[in-house]
Amino acid sequence: MQDILSVSNLSKTYASGFSALKNINLAIRQGEIFALLGPNGAGKTTLISIICGIVNPSSGTVLVDGHDIIRDYRAARSLIGLVPQELTTDAFETVWSTVSFSRGLFGKPANPAHIEKVLKALSLWDKKDNKIMTLSGGMKRRVMIAKALSHEPQILFLDEPTAGVDVTLRRDMWELVRGLRSTGVTIILTTHYIDEAEEMADRIGVIIKGEIILVEGKTELMHKLGKKQLVLQLPHALTLVPAALSAHDLQLSKDGCELTYTYDAQGERIGIAALLKDLGDAGIQFKDLHTTQSSLEDIFVNLVEGKP
Amino acid sequence: MNLHAVRAIYGFEMARTGRTLMQSVISPVISTSLYFVVFGAAIGSRIPQVGGISYGAFIVPGLIMLSLLTQSISNASFAVFFPKFTGTIYELLSAPISYSEIVFSYVGAAATKSIVLGLIILATAGLFVPLHIEHPFWMMLFLVLTSVTFSLVGFIIGIWADGFERLQVVPLLIITPLTFLGGSFYSIDMLPLFWQTVALFNPVVYLVSGFRWSFYGLADVGVGVSLAMTVAFLAISLAIVAWIFRTGYRLKV
Ligand SMILES: Nc1ncnc2c1ncn2[C@@H]1O[C@H](COP(=O)(O)OP(=O)(O)O)[C@@H](O)[C@H]1O
Ligand SMILES: [Mg+2]
Repeated sequence: MQDILSVSNLSKTYASGFSALKNINLAIRQGEIFALLGPNGAGKTTLISIICGIVNPSSGTVLVDGHDIIRDYRAARSLIGLVPQELTTDAFETVWSTVSFSRGLFGKPANPAHIEKVLKALSLWDKKDNKIMTLSGGMKRRVMIAKALSHEPQILFLDEPTAGVDVTLRRDMWELVRGLRSTGVTIILTTHYIDEAEEMADRIGVIIKGEIILVEGKTELMHKLGKKQLVLQLPHALTLVPAALSAHDLQLSKDGCELTYTYDAQGERIGIAALLKDLGDAGIQFKDLHTTQSSLEDIFVNLVEGKP
Repeated sequence: MNLHAVRAIYGFEMARTGRTLMQSVISPVISTSLYFVVFGAAIGSRIPQVGGISYGAFIVPGLIMLSLLTQSISNASFAVFFPKFTGTIYELLSAPISYSEIVFSYVGAAATKSIVLGLIILATAGLFVPLHIEHPFWMMLFLVLTSVTFSLVGFIIGIWADGFERLQVVPLLIITPLTFLGGSFYSIDMLPLFWQTVALFNPVVYLVSGFRWSFYGLADVGVGVSLAMTVAFLAISLAIVAWIFRTGYRLKV
């Protein structure tokens, strides 16, 4: 698939001297849902803000569908819709006028039918003539999404879309995101909720302290970095792991009744077969066995803590 | 040129005026009327004519200038400061719109309001004193140039301001004194010689003088000088705005 967004050697040092992004390289494919996953302060918002033109990059280039975000900013920006992290709205405007305003701002001729469609999809239709200040927080966030969708963007950025959002909105939002993806819109969302990335994304990029430390398809990521463990329950307690089994990565529980074998989720079934054979040869029996697999959450925690 | 965006911002700003009609139109009209009652009728009746014109009529151009300057600045500075304050500026910065288009829309809207306001005040003045406009074309030219220039100044202040105090400090501490001392209520040749020289350093003198000339053919400085100074202020403001955008000053980090 073609890259709709490509970030090369992008760095950002704020005026304070703080280096928020360090040599970021990232390619987003047309039509995918990409989750940028990272703890608070990792640089997610900074990265999005640079791509959207809100923050100046210190060095590096960003191409949006081949258009440089600085030299060719008009073409680049008109493809992008942004829902920022903070709730910022014009309190005194009506829903209808603020959403129509956004469409005009992004250079599109008025199209009431499209605005109507967007408002209906976000359950805002019956609120269209309300002033924004009369809406609840969740409704305001819907308005911000409507603004971002008003000009039919090809790329939608959602910065922490579900932080502090109620269950209904969260569900509606995912439905909307899937619907948009099915029409070819590329979606890039940031989150520090792993389950969100796990549920929604096609690919995940992990950003920590201003560096993208990996980008993987969700399934590959789970596959590659996830550990599996085989736990054997022994009928008779052991005091130590027999020397005959030292070739395997085994751990004995404190009570001596459980042997845990850790292996990479990537295949290596041979390891298990060999282990079982060696167990048999050593005369160790087991009464039960089960496997566990690390969740994306475990993987993430390990990454953040710097463990592979 | 992103005409849809220019129209959207301009329309947004004009709609905002509609909502704040009380603050942006009615209150300047009331305060101008008060000036006429106080200076024109009460005090003015004891002041001899200035250059053959009744005092009430003499102050009309200066009063209009006073409103034009303060309103242009406060309209434009508020229009720019408010999105920064609420955070909605993110949308402006992320939109496919050039800096010149942003200036054009905001300054255009603020200047439009000032021009309309100037004309409303002129009409209000007509209720109190007999009006006479000798050079209507020049009158409009000065009206438009001044509105645009000071809307640009307001734009700059709006970007510079990081709080509501700063927003008010320039109009209050600089523009209002300069206007009062700028010959709105007197001809500068009424001043002692020393202060006449000092007055020539006050930019507002040139604006008021040129504007008054377009009404009564009566000026403190030559109309050519007034026009040149007005255009110079416009050029300076444009240069500052260009610099702001080139450097991203206070807009982008
Ligand atoms: N304007 C700024 N000036 C200085 N530092 C900033 C500025 N904006 C953000 N930062 C810092 O940059 C880092 C990354 O911030 P941000 O991109 O908002 O992270 P995230 O969105 O991943 O939580 C943080 O440490 C933050 O404090
Ligand atoms: Mg953030």
